[in-house]
Amino acid sequence: MLVADARAVVVHANEAAGLVFPDARPGTAMADAVPGWLASAHARHTAPLLPAQRPPAGAGTVQGAVGDRSYEAHPTPSDNGTVMWWLVDDTDHRLTREALWTERERTEFLVRSSNLLLSSLNLDRCMDVTAQMAADHLADAALVFAPLHGVELPIVSCVRGGGPSVSRQVVDPQEVPGLAEALQGFPPVPSRWLDPSAAPAWLVPDGLDTVGSIVITPLPGHGVPAGALVLLRADAANAFTEGEEVFARLFAARAGAAMSAARLYAEQASITDTLMRELLPPALRQLSGVEYAGGYRPSKDHERVGGDFYDVHPAAADGEPSLVVLGDVCGKGLEAAVMTGKIRNTLHALLPMADDHHRILSLLNTSLLNSESTRFATIVLASAAREGNTVRLRLTSAGHPAPLILRCDGRVEEAPTKGTLVGALPEITTETARVTLAPGDTCVLYTDGISEARGGPMGGAMFGEERLRRALSECAAMPAEAVVEHVQMLASQWVGSGRHDDMAVVVISAPRTNHLSAVDGHTRGRFTT
Amino acid sequence: MSPHDTGTDTASTTAVTAPTAPRSAAAPQELLAQVWESVMAFDEAATVGTLLRALDAGTPAEDLLLDVIAAVQGRVGREWAANRITVAQEHAATAINDRAVAAVALHPSARTEPTRGRVTVACVDGEWHALPARLLAEVLRIRGWHVDYLGAQVPAPHLVAHLHRTGPDAVALSGSLATRLPAAHATITACQAVGTPVIAGGAAFGPEGRYARLLGADAWAPDARAAADELACGPLPRPRPGHQAVDDLPHLDDQEYTLVARSRPRLVRTVLRQLENSHPAMRSYTDVQRERTAEDLSHIVEFLAAALYTGDEDVFCGFLRWTAGVLDARGVATASLLPALEFLERELQDFPRTTATLRAGAAALTRTLLTAAGTAE
Repeated sequence: MLVADARAVVVHANEAAGLVFPDARPGTAMADAVPGWLASAHARHTAPLLPAQRPPAGAGTVQGAVGDRSYEAHPTPSDNGTVMWWLVDDTDHRLTREALWTERERTEFLVRSSNLLLSSLNLDRCMDVTAQMAADHLADAALVFAPLHGVELPIVSCVRGGGPSVSRQVVDPQEVPGLAEALQGFPPVPSRWLDPSAAPAWLVPDGLDTVGSIVITPLPGHGVPAGALVLLRADAANAFTEGEEVFARLFAARAGAAMSAARLYAEQASITDTLMRELLPPALRQLSGVEYAGGYRPSKDHERVGGDFYDVHPAAADGEPSLVVLGDVCGKGLEAAVMTGKIRNTLHALLPMADDHHRILSLLNTSLLNSESTRFATIVLASAAREGNTVRLRLTSAGHPAPLILRCDGRVEEAPTKGTLVGALPEITTETARVTLAPGDTCVLYTDGISEARGGPMGGAMFGEERLRRALSECAAMPAEAVVEHVQMLASQWVGSGRHDDMAVVVISAPRTNHLSAVDGHTRGRFTT
Repeated sequence: MSPHDTGTDTASTTAVTAPTAPRSAAAPQELLAQVWESVMAFDEAATVGTLLRALDAGTPAEDLLLDVIAAVQGRVGREWAANRITVAQEHAATAINDRAVAAVALHPSARTEPTRGRVTVACVDGEWHALPARLLAEVLRIRGWHVDYLGAQVPAPHLVAHLHRTGPDAVALSGSLATRLPAAHATITACQAVGTPVIAGGAAFGPEGRYARLLGADAWAPDARAAADELACGPLPRPRPGHQAVDDLPHLDDQEYTLVARSRPRLVRTVLRQLENSHPAMRSYTDVQRERTAEDLSHIVEFLAAALYTGDEDVFCGFLRWTAGVLDARGVATASLLPALEFLERELQDFPRTTATLRAGAAALTRTLLTAAGTAE
């Protein structure tokens, strides 16, 4: 407790105050006895002001350092102008508050990092986030290394306040003590301090002029090496404390988990893509003067393949027909898709006998019966060849909905072909139809996923062949892909958000003849009418 | 193989080496008229020929895509609404336009090495109008972006898987139908959940893009050119992590959207029956006519649901005004629209927001019919 009067002269200091302020003896000036912050606070309380303008009683608590400790001073002014200062040592309180504040900031930082890192399964993005968060909160600059990619080391670097910059460098991680071990991932190694003078130039990002301290932390992943994090500070005086280094490891654990999850996802996605490539429906286009278009929608929206399939095999020689295949394997999803792959391969091998549909289908039947799978399939084959302006078709259905022929005046006919499905009985029967498409005519092959789609404006109704025919009759003379899109659109709108089977449609068209297609198959041509 | 015959190859070379000196480029209006004519004749060769000649003469590919092809496509839609062409003609013309876009994109003057970041262009799930997205994709490509064009009808899981694999700077989402706004919201939030910002565009997002903002899109553009300009301005800000999308549309708490959307087939059946009871003429409808009416009713309920989702009656009123115009152009009596709204209101009387929307729709429709009657006199 310390009392000073209106002229800023110490009146009394008790024993405790004397220990804190040894110079504070009665009669000394406040300015000589106590630190500036307390002297100026005293001056504010004793200023010749109207009482109303003085700080109200109970307010005016000030705080400041005395040596290496800190004190709060609570004033109690009296009427004669003296002020009694009650001093409270709040050093521990302040330190606790500061520690709490740091912890809060760190927690918030970890939560924000986790949110950002968890939201992406993209490795580049995870590395960007890691580098930027680390540079902005843990150091003056940060580098994130992914494991070696061949001879290249993928690096994302970021300087505080800047954006992440990505590079791949052909460098040897062995040049940096500890980096190779950190990149190895397992067993995890502790963070390592690095002498800045031992750091090669590629370890220092552009924009950081001096390097005072460097710490290397491994990024442990899900049992796989995810990479390493290097933190750099410009000022040697501001080196990493042990607490900061422990905290950096906490961050590194999150970043490493996110990066390894992204890497595993990318690996899986790439495997799926490779395996899936053979199962995806092909892109169709004009071939030897005949237009083809196809559309496919699997029963489950998150899958890209299913039990329906189609292919167009170009003719081996000019003038010979191309073979179109559309089929539907019983079942759906990935298992059915694998089966379609086998059937497509078998049919591909049987192409040399494409002039005999029955023979192809019989051989396929035998091969399906002999395979271990118990699945059967319905298939429709179409051989299409341009002849003058027309397209001659041979169509054979094996247990499949018969193709529909859309004439350019809007009439819709069913191709007179029928047959038994393949893969169920030892013998199959088929009847092949011969159809000629005049210019502007179209042949539509579809799977029952379209005709048997359930839904409609009133719900529960089947789309049905009748409705399909009616829809097609409105498509007269449309380009092939427009017919496909129209049918797909109607079927999709019919089912709405309801469940549906795989849906496939293939359209074969004889091009309209207001022009001749250019010889090279490109669209630029010459008018003939 | 070059898409050019020998006659234009020289011109093409000239155009590439001296793009500032275009020769005899057809005036935009004339070009537009020519392309319109050949598109409506479904003459792909003539359409592509006209466009390639314009490119050879130095017209920038972006201008052809946006000022010619997009303009023709817009007119196709208006002609259909005015019943001057059939839906089949509309589809055929769209297909020709689509091929025209492909041809323009292949021209040497339209080929650009990617120098900017990566953008994914997709349509809202259930959206079949792919041409606007296609045009944007090509414009961005011309401006040096690495573009992944996913096309129409992209289920959200595919889009998200694509984002994880490729990590683009932004997703450009195109939508033309207001009924797909709930799906658009799902897509926008899904993209943002993986840290990718979304720029939305297309008629579905309303005047001045008000629904794009409502659904939390990070940016909106009125057309492809503006979208490309916006993306050129710098990277879109990354979405806030941990943002709760449900906070964007607090009115959905009343569940009215969900209940109306879910009971759509039942509502259509009920209202159709009531219309048949009150309008004897409808009882002699053929099955096809009956189904058309059911489809119209189904659309009404879909737009009603979209209005409930966005909390904006204008979605519903605008649709009714447009429908009245389209039906009128086709000589179909619009008289049954009002009773249909009344029957719907009776079915949905327990839902205050729905009833208010239906009443606002009826009022807008009455005004439109009165105005139409006035002009007819």
